[in-house]
Amino acid sequence: MNGQLDIVQPGIGTTVQDAGRAGHRHHGLPVSGWLDAPLAQAANALLGNAGGAAVLELRGMGTVLRVARGPVRVALAGRIAATVLRGDGSRAPLPAWQTTTLREGDTLQPGPAEDGCAYLAVSGGLALPPAFGSRSSYWRAGLSGVLGRAFVPGDRLPCGTRTDTDPREWRCRAPWAADEGPVRVMLGPQDDHFPAPALAAFFAQTWLATPAQDRMGLRLQGEPIAHTSASAADIVSDGVTPGVIQVPANGQPIVLLADGQTVGGYPKIATVITADLPRLAYLRPGTPVRFQAVTAAEAHAALHAQRTRWQGWLAGREAFLPPGTVDETALYGANLISGMLSTHPEDDRP
Amino acid sequence: MNPRLLPLGDSAWTVEFGHAIDAAANARVMGLAGRIAAARKDDPLMAAITDIVPTFRSLTVHFDPWSGDAAALGRGLQALAMEGSEVTATGRQWQLPVCFDDDFAPDLARVCELKQLTRTAVIDLLLGATFRVYMLGFQPGFPYMGGLPASLNVPRLASPRQKVPAQSVAIALDMCAVYPWESPGGWNLLGRTPVVLFDPRQDEQPAMLAAGDEVRWVAVDRAEHDRLAAEIARGLPRSHFLDGGAL
Repeated sequence: MNGQLDIVQPGIGTTVQDAGRAGHRHHGLPVSGWLDAPLAQAANALLGNAGGAAVLELRGMGTVLRVARGPVRVALAGRIAATVLRGDGSRAPLPAWQTTTLREGDTLQPGPAEDGCAYLAVSGGLALPPAFGSRSSYWRAGLSGVLGRAFVPGDRLPCGTRTDTDPREWRCRAPWAADEGPVRVMLGPQDDHFPAPALAAFFAQTWLATPAQDRMGLRLQGEPIAHTSASAADIVSDGVTPGVIQVPANGQPIVLLADGQTVGGYPKIATVITADLPRLAYLRPGTPVRFQAVTAAEAHAALHAQRTRWQGWLAGREAFLPPGTVDETALYGANLISGMLSTHPEDDRP
Repeated sequence: MNPRLLPLGDSAWTVEFGHAIDAAANARVMGLAGRIAAARKDDPLMAAITDIVPTFRSLTVHFDPWSGDAAALGRGLQALAMEGSEVTATGRQWQLPVCFDDDFAPDLARVCELKQLTRTAVIDLLLGATFRVYMLGFQPGFPYMGGLPASLNVPRLASPRQKVPAQSVAIALDMCAVYPWESPGGWNLLGRTPVVLFDPRQDEQPAMLAAGDEVRWVAVDRAEHDRLAAEIARGLPRSHFLDGGAL
């Protein structure tokens, strides 16, 4: 029997996400999907899930989940911690960066996503019915079920088939963290709508993220960027993509995110490279951000360097035996000589 | 103008055929979209393409930055863009019902006043026009349609409405559109259609209209609007509204 999590409290900022639904933009349907792909994939990788398994994206607080059918093995990734309220009334902390097996009747209360984005993955992935090839929530298109609206108490989140019945849990040696430094962009496609001093000012200054933000996009605040002329502040709408930086007539940039529309009518000064898209998830109100222009070759290299670093992170995944678990393998391996079970997590088999 | 190849980050190219909204540029956009769709079937260079998005005067091609060679793909797109400019119309012709009931047309009187036209004259101009879907966007299934007579050219509202009812038929500048969803919006609302423009249950073609389609409006009274809305809710197929259909 597959596991199932039920929504006790929807909280705010929690959505179902996977890699998104590319292929439908000509219908006006945004691509959606997780904001921080490597982090979401880290949560999945801890559990041994396929890379595209659907997870919960946690960007706010207050979500409470109950294990309606168990066991369910879960993993948190990001700057976040959770509490488990056991069926017997006891409480236990559930830290990020390791797997934990929850039992039927357990209640999971993730704390706030401290820096703006974290993920909760379940073994086998969330098995909600996909819409247009993806399980990512997109409420504006009225996709069916919980993908098409905000959570309500009682919503059921079925889990996929758990293949791993090993009693050992998994953890990693260090958290995965996004790159640092300026957010890298490629110029254009409408960088020619801005005079050279305006382009220089765009890259020279530190922008502040404003509270005007959601999964569609976010507004930045700073010294206004001038267009070459008043009429250059509007274009005939053309294609846009997550990471694109639009500058309307007021000179204050708007960065589109995963749920951003498919076309837009403001000139686009630059576009964030794929490797740095995850970092946009952390631009909470008041967060400073700077931009740096790179070439297509540098963008490509950055993406591959990130993958290499991520694989290095994953190589630090190790199994451990949670306290109180009967490790049958170790038991038989030890020929019952000691008669004692180690509860020290030291197994590091891959 | 010669097509311009513009990078949209490291995962999309935009091929631009002009700066303004005009039918000739859009015809070249649709021609290129067709050639890319055909090339995509067997050209390994095109295998990385995920989305082909036509707009008024440019075509955006999204691709997977992990697979393929972005620069080579860009050269391939540019070559296809240079190949030809004629395009034969491949879109469908629709006849869509619109109801001009006062409840549905809060801006009709103001448009009459702005243009010094009678209510009947405004409606006849709208019904007499053939609209062409230039692109979908803003919302899933939202069609931007050109072909509005110049005599109906009106600016957007000075202050957008917080709530435009779903299925409102609206005009602004030289465009006509339909709001598939309730949303904020600043276009002038002239009527309402019972037609559902985005149906997530239709997995292959959730948006009713596609870039390149042609739309003519057919006036219906409130009773007919409500009857069609009920029939659509019961599963009346979209083909009912194709030109030569039953309407």
